Amino acid sequence: MTRFSAFAVVKNALTGHTGWREQWPDAQPKKEYDVIIVGAGGHGLGAAYYLAKEHGITNVAVIDRGWLGGGNTGRNTTIIRSNYLYDESARLYDHALDLWDGLSQDLNYNVMFSRRGVMMLAHNVHDVQSFQRHVHSNRLNGVDNRWLSAEEAKEFCPPLNIRADARYPVMGAALQMRAGTARHDAVAWGYARTAAARGVDIIQNCPVIAIRRGPDGAVTGVDTARGFIGAKKVAVSAAGHTSVVMESAGVRMPLESFPLQALVSEPIKPVFPCVVMSNTVHAYISQSDKGELVIGSGTDQYTSYSQRGGLPLIEHTVAAICEIFPIFNRMRMLRKWGGTVDVTPDRSAIIGKTPVPNLFVNCGWGTGGFKATPGAAHVLAHTVATGEPHSLNAAFTLDRFRTGRLIDEAAAAAVAH
Amino acid sequence: MLLIHCPYCDETLPELEFAYAGEAHIARPLDPSAMSDEEWRDFLFIRSNPKGPHFERWRHIHGCARFFNAVRDTVSDRFLMTYKAGEPRPDLSKLEAA
Repeated sequence: MTRFSAFAVVKNALTGHTGWREQWPDAQPKKEYDVIIVGAGGHGLGAAYYLAKEHGITNVAVIDRGWLGGGNTGRNTTIIRSNYLYDESARLYDHALDLWDGLSQDLNYNVMFSRRGVMMLAHNVHDVQSFQRHVHSNRLNGVDNRWLSAEEAKEFCPPLNIRADARYPVMGAALQMRAGTARHDAVAWGYARTAAARGVDIIQNCPVIAIRRGPDGAVTGVDTARGFIGAKKVAVSAAGHTSVVMESAGVRMPLESFPLQALVSEPIKPVFPCVVMSNTVHAYISQSDKGELVIGSGTDQYTSYSQRGGLPLIEHTVAAICEIFPIFNRMRMLRKWGGTVDVTPDRSAIIGKTPVPNLFVNCGWGTGGFKATPGAAHVLAHTVATGEPHSLNAAFTLDRFRTGRLIDEAAAAAVAH
Repeated sequence: MLLIHCPYCDETLPELEFAYAGEAHIARPLDPSAMSDEEWRDFLFIRSNPKGPHFERWRHIHGCARFFNAVRDTVSDRFLMTYKAGEPRPDLSKLEAA
């Protein structure tokens, strides 16, 4: 692997940029691996990287039905934050935020993590009470989050409409300054490149058809479109398709897959300094470094694997954006797309062991998996390598839906998060 | 936008008139106190979430307000049929042949 540096950029500029090589080889499957990870998104590729880096396990394959980073990793609105209510969530997401801080240096790949602040708007008394509770809970957990009045919110984000007669009045906001955005494609590519350099095989365009189990019930490998591949351990990190993959191993999941849509506008000059989320009206907005407004909406009401959603939802989101930020009401939108997100009943993820020996799962990230990428990958790698969960993901078990020890962020946020 | 046929009103109407109400044919337990933790988990949380035909409930909330069932393909989002609540689960093999 060629190390990226200022020197390499200058050298290649002087030689006509003919010296750049492919960043990872297009691997062909071997007969057997120590670990197979199903799903080459940020979480799966990251887990492969941490398996190699921290646990010395390099005989690893990451298998994907499409191209790497082509699922929800490349379809989200790139928001990163950690101001969750419950202790378990706050610790896990803050761990991810700690890893985001040094990720570009760690991977020698610029993921363009920009700590520009995420501001969540409160539009009614319930929002105010709920967000202030979040702020207090976060401060007790050592997680950055503070309360702003409407005027302070306007000062932080000038395009905001705080007039009292606004359709969605702003009664205040919660601001996490440590939070921000990152370039999602670069996260997948950075992990892929660095994992491949440590010996991980990344096998694309190879759908996993079924997980195969031996007579003792333990995992023996996976059947794929390119034949059977043996594995001592299998980790499923397949987002919206997790139910389908796990079903083939005889494990029924507490998941439903919904469409989640996003859209971008035409690019404009820098005008929007932060990320603003309005959970109550389901509108999420930031401006990319390219200049496009990146807008996220809520999930459609019905389950679907179509990777596209309905127009009414987009219309509602854009209408809300125009009310909250009147300066955008003549912007034109360039394109919209959808992803398939796997949602758990309590809106918290599942990372850990399954009833099947040597089969692990990382799923249920719902509408907010991107922000957790390094943290989820890190604790998944630990769980797979040692066979036991890391203290940070010990509470995020599949078994909690039997015991009733839910991590009920759904009730805490009252909406998707 | 989905166009949905309400079997009570006998009209095909835009999705905006309807509310999705989750997977269909999940019967309430007849004797809740006799259920094990595993059975409660399956009843409350486990869903089939298929990639393909899905049996689901919808409610014509801005119309007759009644619940009904539907079979929809979750890949194409196409409705294979809708039918009244209480009617038996249709035979998938016949539906796909039609």
